[in-house]
Amino acid sequence: MIEVKNLTKSFGDHLIWEDVTFDISDGETLAIIGKSGCGKSVFLKHLNALLYPDSGKIYIDGKDLFNLTYAELRLMRQNFGILFQGGALFDSINTFENIAFPLRYFTNKNEEEIRAEVDEALELVNLKGIGEKGTSELSGGMRKRVGLARAIILKPQYLLYDEPTSGLDPKTSEEINELIVHMADKLDITSIVITHDMHSVLSIAEKVAFLDEQKLSWYGTVQEMKESEHPPLVDFITASEYQI
Amino acid sequence: MDAVKQFGQYALLMYQGLRSFTEFSTYRKNLFSEFVKIGYESIPIIILTGVFTGAVLTLQTAYQLDTDLYPVTIVGSIVGQSIIIELAAVIGGLVLAGKVGARISTELGTMRVSEQIDALESMGFNSVTFLVVPRVLAGVFMFPVLYIIAATMGVIGGLIAGQLDGILPAAEFMQGARSFFYPEDVVFGIVKSFVFGFVITSISSFKGYYAFGGAEGVGNATTQATVLSCIYVLLSDFALAALLL
Ligand SMILES: Nc1ncnc2c1ncn2[C@@H]1O[C@H](COP(=O)(O)OP(=O)(O)O)[C@@H](O)[C@H]1O
Ligand SMILES: [Mg+2]
Repeated sequence: MIEVKNLTKSFGDHLIWEDVTFDISDGETLAIIGKSGCGKSVFLKHLNALLYPDSGKIYIDGKDLFNLTYAELRLMRQNFGILFQGGALFDSINTFENIAFPLRYFTNKNEEEIRAEVDEALELVNLKGIGEKGTSELSGGMRKRVGLARAIILKPQYLLYDEPTSGLDPKTSEEINELIVHMADKLDITSIVITHDMHSVLSIAEKVAFLDEQKLSWYGTVQEMKESEHPPLVDFITASEYQI
Repeated sequence: MDAVKQFGQYALLMYQGLRSFTEFSTYRKNLFSEFVKIGYESIPIIILTGVFTGAVLTLQTAYQLDTDLYPVTIVGSIVGQSIIIELAAVIGGLVLAGKVGARISTELGTMRVSEQIDALESMGFNSVTFLVVPRVLAGVFMFPVLYIIAATMGVIGGLIAGQLDGILPAAEFMQGARSFFYPEDVVFGIVKSFVFGFVITSISSFKGYYAFGGAEGVGNATTQATVLSCIYVLLSDFALAALLL
């Protein structure tokens, strides 16, 4: 359970958003939508205390995220997996080692067990047998899938996705959407997906939070979103349908 | 104001590094590869710098001195001592500010803007321990070694230039160098290069670690890292001379 309470963030005197409040229940899939540059990625980073707010709080399973000691925070972060926008793969090591990386440092698994788990994760994201490839040899879609395999390797409780389908062709986007749904079902994970792709929202999300004009402009279920007459949301949806 | 804020941020980063520096297992692998990149891979440029500094200094010293008034061995004394006290450390430091500083800030800056540092943190790593600590440690250990190589090559360069240019025979050069050789000077050079190693690696780590704004941001960070490294090498050189000589 994640509770976001009155969160406000600015960089210098540039206000990103203010007074954002909503909850994310266990097991649900939430999409955070909004125009490019409205502060979606900034919001995502707050969920993991990679950025700190000007004011407001986030409680994760009842714990006050921004008041943890650094040691507590590091433990807390291990409950999260994040798929960053460009994959954020470590380019100094190959694909296999990228996925094995958290296992090597945070578990006592032996080489055989590590290999088995990495292979399983690669299979889950439909990339069997590409472990030996360098990260620069991977296409955009593959990078995201490898990033996803790495994000789930420690079996997190929460999975955060930053624009998982942006920059991908429609077919690959579709595959990633299916993967997100599959992850949520199979691993029983709470997912938070940042996107400006309405197509993706409709195929994966249960709840939707819409960031606009420096605030949480609208929040509700997907069904409610389809019926909503909230003008900025209607505009946003209409504009995206032209893109599809 | 901005300078004060930056310095605060820099000090905080160093403090974070200091606090986590006992987590050896986290950065052991990176430390080893930094020893290679900062130390081993800098040897060729350091040899080149040393040899030419010594050679040029010998020719100039001979030109500036009227050797009828002094014993010719004095060229060896002046060159040897200047190299050991000042030139090997400072010229080496400036060259490495470019080579090592640019590499560190580009590497960390790229990791920052491609969210690799966020990825490390989000997995539960201390990214400072993982990235900054091994680079700074490798700098303070390897710079003194590089200094010794530069100083040795400087004397050899001077000796060869003296011989080839017919200024003085190698034996007399060495005699002159030896008669003004004080082990304290070497200690001074080592202290200096240790400080330069810290200054260069910590400033460029800082600039890279806090880079923002895509490729352009990384470029800016690297420019600032190398320029600031050079400035602080010169400033700390002056401060150490005032303090220790
Ligand atoms: N570290 C930072 N420092 C200053 N401004 C930032 C920083 N990160 C993001 N911003 C600004 O915050 C705004 C929102 O960015 P972001 O969250 O990346 O947007 P998006 O909704 O497209 O993901 C942008 O105007 C961006 O320039
Ligand atoms: Mg974004």
